[in-house]
Amino acid sequence: MADPDQSDIGGEPKLRFRNDEPHEEPAVTLDSFLGQSNATAVRLESDEDARALLPHIDRLALVEVAFPKFRDGRGYSAGRILREAGYTGELRAQGDVLVDQIPLMLRCGFDSFAPEASVDAKTLAEALSRYTAVYQKAADARRPVWALRHG
Amino acid sequence: MYKYDEYDQAIVDARVEEFRDQVRRRLAGEISEDQFKPLRLMNGLYLQLHAYMLRVAIPYGTLNATQMRMLAHVARKYDKGYGHFTTRQNIQYNWIKLDEAPDILAELATVEMHAIQTSGNCIRNISSDQFAGAAADEVEDPRPWAELLRQWSTFHPEFTYLPRKFKIAVIGAEEDRAAVKLHDIGLQLHRNDAGEVGFRVFVGGGMGRTPMVAPVIRDFLPKADFLSYMEACLRVYNRYGRRDNIYKARIKILVHEIGAAEYARQVEEEWAHVKTLGLDAPAAEFERIAAFFAPPAFETGLSDTIDRSDPDFAVWLDQNVSAHKAPGYAVVTISLKPTGGIPGDATADQIDLMADLAERYSLDELRITHAQNVVLPHVRKADLYAVWQALDASGLAAPNLDLIGDIIACPGLDYCALANARSIPLAQKISQRFAATQHDLGELKLKISGCINACGHHHAGHIGILGVDRKGVENYQLLLGGSAAEDASLGRITGPGFDEDGVVDAIERAVDTYRSLRTEGERFLDTYRRVGMAPFKEAIYG
Repeated sequence: MADPDQSDIGGEPKLRFRNDEPHEEPAVTLDSFLGQSNATAVRLESDEDARALLPHIDRLALVEVAFPKFRDGRGYSAGRILREAGYTGELRAQGDVLVDQIPLMLRCGFDSFAPEASVDAKTLAEALSRYTAVYQKAADARRPVWALRHG
Repeated sequence: MYKYDEYDQAIVDARVEEFRDQVRRRLAGEISEDQFKPLRLMNGLYLQLHAYMLRVAIPYGTLNATQMRMLAHVARKYDKGYGHFTTRQNIQYNWIKLDEAPDILAELATVEMHAIQTSGNCIRNISSDQFAGAAADEVEDPRPWAELLRQWSTFHPEFTYLPRKFKIAVIGAEEDRAAVKLHDIGLQLHRNDAGEVGFRVFVGGGMGRTPMVAPVIRDFLPKADFLSYMEACLRVYNRYGRRDNIYKARIKILVHEIGAAEYARQVEEEWAHVKTLGLDAPAAEFERIAAFFAPPAFETGLSDTIDRSDPDFAVWLDQNVSAHKAPGYAVVTISLKPTGGIPGDATADQIDLMADLAERYSLDELRITHAQNVVLPHVRKADLYAVWQALDASGLAAPNLDLIGDIIACPGLDYCALANARSIPLAQKISQRFAATQHDLGELKLKISGCINACGHHHAGHIGILGVDRKGVENYQLLLGGSAAEDASLGRITGPGFDEDGVVDAIERAVDTYRSLRTEGERFLDTYRRVGMAPFKEAIYG
């Protein structure tokens, strides 16, 4: 796993696992996004349906998914649904995002993070390298154990 | 039995190190108790009334002698010399020190055991039929599917922060010994009209404060689509299960509110998409797992004759020994419910003894049951007397399987931070009161919960007891008519509650009523279903 870029953008600490330039346009609400034809960045609240974005995937460069509480896991499904539909832009997890959750979010297709609390770089690096094997196919490139066993 | 390969071992070992680091961060003050809580819960570590409680997973209730001895070792070294087997086929230790918990997990990992996902709002330990692979009435052994589910659900990236906990059970027989209809998902292998074996899928059962018997949402699921269909079931729940109220967050509420047909429709729609993603493990992986569960090399030409000349042995034989699919073999259930004992508790010495017996007499296999007993699945009939003698010498030969003394009880207010009333002393009193008459009463499943969360399955007891707090005093409600088996039903409350002695008296009046009304061969539950609540109520309160 490459070291993330921890540069501050707009005052918020961000962890990016992408090589492209950060998207400049601010994310708008889902309602605003659906109501205007030229927006390229959208914020999805945890109770909003990611599938509402699917007809517009080609023009999207940034989707920010809200995690209002770390216990609210709806965003994990939102991330996978977008990736399964072929979305390749930035997928950002924002909110109560804890260091121990970032490896799971990466597996669900998230590639940028804006946690409300700071994330210790060493703890994150350890969390990202800890599990060398995974049991399921998900939205990342990792091959599940069953594929390795029957390679 | 399943054996870990390098991948399985690496994952469990990594978990130990992760948890060690999380505990270190907590003890160093780097994370708050609030942040630590979900992390320790995902490892089965609860903060209870007096100490930490550690729940160790026993996947689908199957283990070998080496693993069983490790459970005894943990009880001796890190607890007070005993453990408590639970209704989800796990074991709990009640006196754990936080700083020692990582060492316990490290020791467990050396024998392919763990505490992964034994709590938290994730997919919990998969449960199954304790007679799997031995039962005479089995279509297919469900354990390979349970192991496939164990792997699929372990650290599932999408389903680790569900609205609420999620319990899955798999069986492969018509007789339901695992309470599948009272699980979030219950899976039953069965044969369809075309002769193919697949799954009947029940979704949305559960106990707690809103008990529900799960409806069937798909009568036949082909084996090849197993994991992708589970993904679809869980995704619909993760997205639409309620998160506004912890008491309405289980999948049973979602299924109930939108209806089983609508839930099934949403799952089918999601599945149509999900099954294009290649999430199902290939048949070769299932076959690899299934090979570990191939029937052991049963001896042939064994005699089915058993010497019944010792009358105490004969009583136990008739009550605690079940039919095995192989000639000359039998299934032994060791009751952890001695008269006046604590249901589900076993000392380290008893655990070691059961391990020894498994190694010597049961092809190195043991099972834990949801009724908090232990099974030796493959015992030669010729060895039954020797097994009984060894059990009897260690206080493990209570001949009361499925009788009123075979009580399911939660830990209750003696240990649990959620409880409103004590369960254990009540179980002890009931067990003593009916010790002499239980054989005459026949099958009678009595279940006690110390609070509305229903860990003691009171809704599903032929007789159920719910402990509540009434103005600071423990009060016990009595329920009749529940069942967790294939004829699943929910019990009804008889009327006003009782104090501890009062509820024991009320049970006595209920069973006396049964005795006076029963017809030949009728169980308590059958009589209740035939005559209804009225005569029981009359006797209890009249």
